[in-house]
Amino acid sequence: MIIRAVKGVVVAACCALVILPFLAVFSTSLADQAQVTATGGYVLWPERPNLDAYRAILAGGVVTRALLVSIGVTVVGTLLSLTCITLLAYSLSRPGSLLHRPILLMVLFTLLFAPGMIPMYLTIKQLGLLDSYWSLILPGLASGFQIIIMRAFFQEVPRELIDAARIDGAGELRILLRVVLPLSKAVIAVVGLFSAVAYWNAFFNAMLYLNDTEKWPLQLVLRTYVVDNSALGVDAADLSGGFLPPPQSMQMAILVLSLVPIAIVYPFLQKHFAKGILIGAVKG
Amino acid sequence: MALDVKSPPARVAAPPRRATPKVSRLRRDGLLLLLGVPGLLVILLFHYVPMLGNVIAFKDYQPFLGIWEAPWVGFDNFRVIFNGDPAFLNALVNTLVISLVQIVFVFPVPIALALLLNSLAGERLKRLAQSILYLPHFMSWVVVVAIFQHMLGNAGLLNTFLRSHDLATLPLMGNPDLFLALITSQVIWKDAGWGTIIFLAALSRVDPELYEASAMDGASRMRQLWHVTLPGIRGVIVLMLILKLGDVLTVGFEQIILQQAMVGAEVSEVLDTYVYTYGVVGGNWGVAAAVGLVKGLVGLVLVLGANKVAHLLGERGLYTK
Repeated sequence: MIIRAVKGVVVAACCALVILPFLAVFSTSLADQAQVTATGGYVLWPERPNLDAYRAILAGGVVTRALLVSIGVTVVGTLLSLTCITLLAYSLSRPGSLLHRPILLMVLFTLLFAPGMIPMYLTIKQLGLLDSYWSLILPGLASGFQIIIMRAFFQEVPRELIDAARIDGAGELRILLRVVLPLSKAVIAVVGLFSAVAYWNAFFNAMLYLNDTEKWPLQLVLRTYVVDNSALGVDAADLSGGFLPPPQSMQMAILVLSLVPIAIVYPFLQKHFAKGILIGAVKG
Repeated sequence: MALDVKSPPARVAAPPRRATPKVSRLRRDGLLLLLGVPGLLVILLFHYVPMLGNVIAFKDYQPFLGIWEAPWVGFDNFRVIFNGDPAFLNALVNTLVISLVQIVFVFPVPIALALLLNSLAGERLKRLAQSILYLPHFMSWVVVVAIFQHMLGNAGLLNTFLRSHDLATLPLMGNPDLFLALITSQVIWKDAGWGTIIFLAALSRVDPELYEASAMDGASRMRQLWHVTLPGIRGVIVLMLILKLGDVLTVGFEQIILQQAMVGAEVSEVLDTYVYTYGVVGGNWGVAAAVGLVKGLVGLVLVLGANKVAHLLGERGLYTK
């Protein structure tokens, strides 16, 4: 009985360590000037919640632009990434097909040896992708790990189904679209969402490849303004017509904005990921 | 992650018809092959081509000369490594210390947490706890560092609270002496919950009959943990340890570079930040590439070696061959 109570308390404490910081961030973003000044930034619950901080940073300007960049890169990147990964994984899901083994080994080797930052940078430079949004999208397009996961999932599709479709005259593309994909929704969802999260969270690629601060995605703005605490290139005065929300609320509002997409997809992710990930990880 | 390098024998190998096998196979699999082309192209372009770019480790690369025109310098760029340049040594030592601390203090946390969650009564409670504990994994490092600042920084929640109660403040962020402890706790906060997934899956595969049998033999809870549960997940623990070992020279690059300015290079320079500072920022392209190349090769050798050892000890390891 005591052991059970102790376990409960430990688990609850661990959960609180996760929830409390988020609560504090969210509350601070909603708090008004008076409360932030009075407490010196110590806000666990906003007394007079308002959206001024959000209004200010979304009124157009650095944050708004960065937000659009992040959304664009994430959407385009995820769609392209899913296409590449699905097609290659399907093409590798049939052992014994032409060039199956060398291509599979090629993919597997990417898991063992990474090319390194300097050669990567030079490649991007040689391709003329510096300061282009493609430098954020293309390098992460086909992760070996995700290809392997998806391939493992595709191989679960009964061989008989595929043969039956072929006898009915379906080509490879039609088999993929009509037979294999509908049976693999879980893994598509997981791989897609993981790509999306990776693109949304990417910060180092942008720091490395984008010199033009106008093109910065949200994570870099977050770093400059929240982590480094330096002034944002926003003309603070014309943000909200003279009235300025406290910087701390604005910082936390940017933080919250960067969390919104993840909060939206998390429940979906949650539903599928254990299944989708484990099939690639533990299976066999 | 058992990767079956060895594919099962082809079940479709139809007896070759009149056409040569290669041609008939091309006719049969050509379209299949074609589907893989876009993905393959990306892998070639952003993995294998950059790998070739490692040649600049042996060249005196200057941005205006280009990769091929740059003169060869043999192993000159590796001198910094073999002659023990103090800045490089500092980065190497920091990397190894951080790695070691993380293997000792971070690696066991998800295992312990998984055991705890697994023994929790009530399926719904367990689910809820899991959902909450997985969450930080999906945050970027920028967000995690920003949250830590908001909580523990000088103007953060904790210190504001201490000040308002006339207590001494705790300079936890930006303190070189505590940097190691700080980044370790950040890693635990971010990924310990997520790390439980694989161990929970392994735990769910332990045969329940073993527990019943051991209970019949009078084993206590602790003895069951020691003799049934832990041996049951040993394979997965070894596997995760091998993967960790391959990353011994790779420690939280984004996490560290975000906080380097606050604590200085002395305690926070690791191999990856060294490559970044000396190469991209400082323009010593060849030297940085050499360091990066050695780091990648050491990682590769460590994974393969650890896997070999795992096989000798009778574990499955990363792949079977």
